[in-house]
Formats: sequence, structure tokens, C-alpha cells
Amino acid sequence: MQLPPALPPPRFLDAGEAALVVEFGDTIEPAIHDRVMALDAALAAAAPPGLVELVPTYRSLMVHYDPLRLPRGELVAAILALETAPKRSVAHNLWTIPMCYDPEFGEDLGFIAKTVGLTEARVVALHSGATYRIYMYGFAPGFCYLGGHPPEITLPRRQAPRPPTPPNVVMTAAGMSIITTISMPTGWWLLGRTPERMFSTARDRSFFAEVGDSVRFEAIDRASFDALEARVARGELIARAAPA
Amino acid sequence: MNVALRILSAGPGSTVQDGGRTGYLRFGVTNAGAMDRLAHATANLALANTLDAAGIEVSMGGIEVVAEGGAVAVACAGGIFDIATEGLKLPETVRLDLVPGQKLSVRAGAGGAWCYLAVAAEIALPRYLGSLSTHTRSGLGGLEGRMLEAGDVLALEGARAIGTSAARVFAPWLERPGDVIRVVLGPQDDFFDAGEIARFAAGPWTISPRSDRMAFRLDGPRIKHARGADIVSDGIARGAIQVPGDGQPLAMMADRGSTGGYPKIATVIGPDIGRLSQVRAGAKFRFEIVDVETAVAARRAEAAALAGPIRAEPVVRREFSSEFLLARNLIDGAVAG
Repeated sequence: MQLPPALPPPRFLDAGEAALVVEFGDTIEPAIHDRVMALDAALAAAAPPGLVELVPTYRSLMVHYDPLRLPRGELVAAILALETAPKRSVAHNLWTIPMCYDPEFGEDLGFIAKTVGLTEARVVALHSGATYRIYMYGFAPGFCYLGGHPPEITLPRRQAPRPPTPPNVVMTAAGMSIITTISMPTGWWLLGRTPERMFSTARDRSFFAEVGDSVRFEAIDRASFDALEARVARGELIARAAPA
Repeated sequence: MNVALRILSAGPGSTVQDGGRTGYLRFGVTNAGAMDRLAHATANLALANTLDAAGIEVSMGGIEVVAEGGAVAVACAGGIFDIATEGLKLPETVRLDLVPGQKLSVRAGAGGAWCYLAVAAEIALPRYLGSLSTHTRSGLGGLEGRMLEAGDVLALEGARAIGTSAARVFAPWLERPGDVIRVVLGPQDDFFDAGEIARFAAGPWTISPRSDRMAFRLDGPRIKHARGADIVSDGIARGAIQVPGDGQPLAMMADRGSTGGYPKIATVIGPDIGRLSQVRAGAKFRFEIVDVETAVAARRAEAAALAGPIRAEPVVRREFSSEFLLARNLIDGAVAG
């Protein structure tokens, strides 16, 4: 096996005495996130006593730990040893999530199309043709931050927030997409709504997609949305998985 | 009839909390759990419960409960709250048996913002993701994911009584002045120059009334960024102090989001998060910058305090509460609701 070129070591930033930020960069890039996810998997597998929980983000891994059981120095040494070891391959899924771009849900499609100089149909084709990566969750349970938004349909945030959106919508701004789980006012632009729930207490597994998994959106019409929404309400998972 | 606690009255903000929900931050599920974990653990220790057992976190809105169906021991610890049962004023850190029909009232007193009411029983509610902690913002955990209200009944399993009279519980570690809160710098202290970090430490700060279990807004000097106010989102630890673009810092508390995009100038050390949570709106405090070793030593001292059995002495002073005396002169029900 050929060793990859030496990578710059991560920065270790203290977030108090019980959380350590292992930072691999300060930008949104798949290569940085790959390192985050490789360390996430390796550290979870090593499971040193005193490790509490791991939070992968775009560019860093937050390691929550109990310093009375796992001193900072030992944690850093363990991380450096795992980081320099040959990279583990992490298995990820590709999820297909139904998305209704009907004007009722894709409220800002017209504005996006006009702004970027494309037809609405082309915006939908580009958005549903791309493959996204789940970079992290945050803000609320199942609230999902995606990378891989098509550059052709990128636009800045709104000047002023819009009134609360329905839950389970996909929105975009500044080259990113998010799938929401709650109703909230927002500075992002609405593309569509999914009948799927990224978080649901009605299912055995409240969450189905892991950080690092890939996502594609499958355009569905309004009638399919209603039919799928009824199945979701009964606790069914409608997103479909394939190995990424 | 099974043993239960009935809520007779509750001001806003009281919830069921335990030691918090662990393992789901990566999916955006906050830890929640007691705001003041040391006080919460102390109340449990007074009953020989596991330290992270679920109890009631009582806000400054206060609460009044009554035991039903059988006797159960309870304990209170936290701020200096006014605690009374059937006209008997009790110490602020106390344990006692509640017999069926006996009322206990817990109201904001001379200081502090939270009081923990522990029960010598399991609160019979479904665990969500391994915890009974309530997160009202997402409607999860506790009783229907919401604050407690008059009329709620918490069923208790395995209720135990102690069989002795009310006892003052000695927990000197809860005497924590709130005028100095210790922090470790970072993770993004490099977004601020040395002068701003000194201003941040000196304050003086007060907690804005626009604060909740998610975040405390800190009123004081505006803190300027040297390198901009936006970062690519990363993890947020409990106690992190974010500085958004307007320069008004936010201390991220028990219900914080798991990730966020503002620079975090410093992080309140674990042992001082409870102390900060007990600071009332308007009271002045400053920050003291310490290193990780100092923070770990403080954490070790806290663990040592909670390691052993707790000392308790029977309450001897019989002082009638003003509420009880007043009630003798009022038409029954005039103060209800």
C-alpha cells in the first residue's frame, strides 16, 4: 500500500476541560471532512475509557471526554496515533430522498431561476441531479447540513429573514443546502419539501442517515407527496439506501 | 393506589431533568439535563440515589407538589429557595418524607435561580434516547416534552421513605459565590486580540432577562472581533461563550445547539457552569481565565465532594412560614391559580 503524502497535523483546541476540538481546516472541503470522519470512526472503534461522545462537523471533530478518566495528554496521544495510522475506510450509504418541488413547496424556485438565469425546470433538474454529502447535524434534532450544492444555482442569503417555513423543507444559500426538521424563520431560499423526516420519534430509529452519508433528491409530484406523507405518518421510512 | 407526586401549582420553567442525554449530539440532539449539575447531584446524593437520577428542576417560578398513594422521601438542593411543608419552613438543602396528602412548596428565596427536587423513586416516564431530560424546544423527554403545570401527576416507581423527620443536609460545596466565573480560553480566542480578551474577562457582566436554558445573553462591554464574526460551523461545548457579530456574548447552557458558526472566545469550566446558571438576572460578575489543569482540579474536588455519604441533621427549629400564617387569615382558595 502506498502511503499518502504527509498531511498537516490537526490543531487541538480546548473547549473547556471536557471537550477538545480536533481541527483539520477552516473551509468546507470533502478532503477535510474525510479526515474528520476517518478520525470519528477510528476513535469510536478505539473507545478509550472516558470518551463521552463525538461530534463531527464540516472541518473538525469535537471530542467530549471525562478528564478524570481520560487525561487530555492521553487523549491527544491516542488521536495522533490514530491519525498517522493507515486510513480506515468508512462505509457510507447513499440515500435517495423524495423531494416535491411543486410551487406550493418550492416557494423560491421562481426567484432562484430568475436570479441565476435558468428555467425553473432546469433548476430542479440540477438540484435533483446532484449528489450531496451530509457534513453535519446541528441546530435541532435531524437538522442536516449538506455540501455539494450545484454552483450554477448558488445565491447569497436573503437580506432579511422570511417568516417561518414548514418543517422538512430543503433550502439553499451561500452554496449550501439544508434539510430542516422544524418550522423556523430563515435567511435561506426554499426549493422544496420532502415527506421524509430526518428525525422521527415514530420510527424505531429516530435518525437514519449518518454524518458522511450521501444524499440524492428524487423529484416527486404533489400526489406522490401526499401518499408518501401518509406512509411516513405511520412510522415508515421512505428514504432508500444503497452503498455509496 | 400507586405513589405519585401531583403538581398543585407551577410557575413557568420547571421541568423533569436528569444528568442529561448523551450520545446524540452528532444528530443535533442537545444534552439538556440539569442546568446546575452539582446541585442536582447533591439532591440525589441526599437520597442515596444515583447522582444523575431524574428529578424536578424548579425554576424561580416555584412549584407546589403533594404526595399521593404512599410516602416518598424527597430532597431539595440548589439556590437559596424558600422551602416549606404544611407551614413548617425548611432549610434550603433538606430531605424529608412526604406522606400522602402532604404538600411541599419550593419558591425562589434569597438567592439562586434553580432548585432541584429529587425523589427517592424512579419517575415513571418513558426514556427518550436514554434519558428523561426535557428539551422543550424540540418537545422531547420528560413529561410530554414540556414544562410542568398544575394538575400534572408524576407516577413514581419503587418509592422509598426514610422514616425519620425532616433533616438539614450539609453540602458546603453549594455555597458558591457567583461573582467570579472561571473560563478556559478558546476554542476561537485567536479571533480576538489581547485587549479584547482582557475586556471580556473584566466585564462586569450581567445576565440579560432574555436568557433561557439554551443560552444566557451577557450584558456588558461589546466585544470586537479581530478576524470577523463568522466561522465555518464547528462543535459547541456546554459553557461555550460565543461572540456573534453584534459583540454581545452568549453563554451556551444545557439546551445549546450541538454546532454553530460564531467564534467562541472562551468556555466556562464544567464546575462553574452550575454556578453561572444560579446567577440571577442583573447580578454582576466577571470571568477569571484559568488553564485546563486548574479546571480539572476543580472537577476532581467536585467529584470528591459527591463521592461519600452526605451529612444530615434533624431540623430542630420550628419556624412557621409567612405563607402558612397568611393562609390562616385568608379565605380558602383566594390565592389559588
